[in-house]
Amino acid sequence: MADILPFLKSLISTSGVSGHETPVAKLIEEKWRPLVDEISFSRVGSLHGLKRGNGKKNRPSVMIAAHMDAIGMMVVKIVDGFLHITNVGGIDVRVLPGIEVTVHASSGEALPAVIALPPSKLLPASADDALDMKYFLVDTGLTPREVEKKVKVGDLVSFANEPLELAGEVLSGHTLDNRASVAALTVCLEELQSKPHVWDVWAVATVQEETSFLGAYTSAFHIRPDIAIAVDGTFAKGPGANGWQTHALGKGVGLCMGPNMHPFLHKSLTELADKLEIPWFLDVTSAHSGTDAYPMQVTAEGIPTALVEFPIRYMHMPVESVSVKDVQRAGRLLAEFIASLEIDFIEKVIWE
Amino acid sequence: MLAYYGSKLPDFIKKNMPTFGTPQLKLLEKLCNVIAVSGGEGEVRKIVLEEIKPYADEVKVDALGNVLAVKRGRAAKHMKVMLDAHMDEVGFMIVADDGEGIYRFETVGGIDPRYLLGKQVYVGKDRTPGVIGGKPVHLMDAGERTRKVAVDGLRIDLGPAGKAKIGDRAGFATKFRRAGPSILSKSIDDRIGVATVIELLKHASSNIDVCAAFTVQEEIGLRGAKVAAQYFNPDVAIAIDSTPANDLPHFDGDENITYNTKLGFGPAIYLADGSTLHDPRLVRFLQNIGDAGKIPYQLRQPGGGGTDSGAIQRALTGIPTVSVSAPHRYTHSPISIARVEDWKNTLALLHAALKKITPEVIAKR
Repeated sequence: MADILPFLKSLISTSGVSGHETPVAKLIEEKWRPLVDEISFSRVGSLHGLKRGNGKKNRPSVMIAAHMDAIGMMVVKIVDGFLHITNVGGIDVRVLPGIEVTVHASSGEALPAVIALPPSKLLPASADDALDMKYFLVDTGLTPREVEKKVKVGDLVSFANEPLELAGEVLSGHTLDNRASVAALTVCLEELQSKPHVWDVWAVATVQEETSFLGAYTSAFHIRPDIAIAVDGTFAKGPGANGWQTHALGKGVGLCMGPNMHPFLHKSLTELADKLEIPWFLDVTSAHSGTDAYPMQVTAEGIPTALVEFPIRYMHMPVESVSVKDVQRAGRLLAEFIASLEIDFIEKVIWE
Repeated sequence: MLAYYGSKLPDFIKKNMPTFGTPQLKLLEKLCNVIAVSGGEGEVRKIVLEEIKPYADEVKVDALGNVLAVKRGRAAKHMKVMLDAHMDEVGFMIVADDGEGIYRFETVGGIDPRYLLGKQVYVGKDRTPGVIGGKPVHLMDAGERTRKVAVDGLRIDLGPAGKAKIGDRAGFATKFRRAGPSILSKSIDDRIGVATVIELLKHASSNIDVCAAFTVQEEIGLRGAKVAAQYFNPDVAIAIDSTPANDLPHFDGDENITYNTKLGFGPAIYLADGSTLHDPRLVRFLQNIGDAGKIPYQLRQPGGGGTDSGAIQRALTGIPTVSVSAPHRYTHSPISIARVEDWKNTLALLHAALKKITPEVIAKR
């Protein structure tokens, strides 16, 4: 199996805040182009790669989806050369003081900057106990005049710390949610180069999952797959996270069960993982899975949907951590599942 | 390469003036990127020794780990001037092993715990990469989401196969970088002082004995400076540090009257801080030098905080002492911001002052 780590590192080092995914979309397009038969963008910017199956015409199709957008921030006001910001997606305000960011300035420059926690004497007393996005300032180190010239309200701000490799084949950095899943889809496409499959495969990198699931809703409608599989991160066990929602890092793939998922698809995936001795764990959600499985399931007249996951530590922090092995495993399981789909599989996807 | 100092400088200052450009910034970068948490200053000590050995007449490492160097003057009767900069930085110590690469830690020096969650660190002499993690926001209730994070809820995570020893020190992993007129880096406090003293030693004027003290343990109680001053017994001392520039806008648009210092306004001369009333004769002398040489300087707002001057001034029978700082924003955080121009002017002011200093400066109260 090819080493996915270098590609994953370049994925998280390329910007793509929700609604502004183009830079990372281009990187993925370049990587997927030789792995698929057709590649195109949806009307809202999701990347669609079609790898045709070898079945007869009117083949069924499976859509595998990973969102490529990243949480980030946006400039809302400029005061004395300092930038006030708002969140794009679910930003954890507790991590903001003192982090490295990039300001994607209207001038076309990527300005290195820092998120400042202003001294307490410059804030209301209440800010001592509770952090609030409205008090943080982004400092580019430039003079107020230079800032006024380069930066405009609406410019994006993204996390900028470099990826860090931790001992035990763990990669740490921002935006592993969900670029690690894009990497898993890439592993799947690479595996399928030497694995015959009957079904058509649509590999989709969706936009705006973190804000509205725009990409998954619209791509599923566009493609109308017979089945859909979302790939996303789930919670890893770790400091401060040991509840039932959390799972061991590096110990396998998560197969999620809940109302967003079709029980038969889930069962098929678990049986295949057992057969191939791919380590996996059961993850459950009682309602909204918080992933692209949620929108895809209710697209058009409804699509049988599954969710494949791997654990991520420190979700939505700039130091999200994943086991590279888990990412490879998820990609391999997806490829094996696709290769196992017989032409009439969809007839078996029924309710008991 | 940055331009040389302004041509308007008087000749007496320009003579043997340290040049300022890429080599100086490279030195500062090297100093900022190593980790030297209080009590474990070895990495900075190594660089300092390498840099100063060809220039100093005497160099020693004392019982606490201070680097003490002398460059002797040639004049018949000359003053001993102690130049002080601390080598240590704030950081962390590993205190307990939770297993599977997860470690508990304590902070060393004054770090606001709000700076810690989600940051990258290097642990131990081998710079083992790690991250500071805690509970993810998705698993919290609304109140918890904005609450201040306490250190005891945080861990340093080295990855499942990661190993550290209890007692290992750790520091922020951020790297030095330039941005327009500024420097973005960890540990500007006080590597900018260390780099300044190195440059002043390299270009020492012959009218004085330069007694350079690169001290340890400033951040945990000015401990190195105390013994350094007792060793040198200088006539006067200048502590060269970096002080916060709290020059940000007030949240509701009020005038910011507690800025301490401002970036871009030159070196900050101290009048009074939490531990020292700085010697008024030296304060006046530095102001006169700045005015005569048209070197920009600012007066640090009197207030709290402190530098090694707190320990030096009261050493032995008392030593006339002043502090000068290049300002920086976001003190004791993963990344601070300083202006290159402020550092350049700090060096210019101090170099000029050392050329002109005579016993008369402190002869009278």
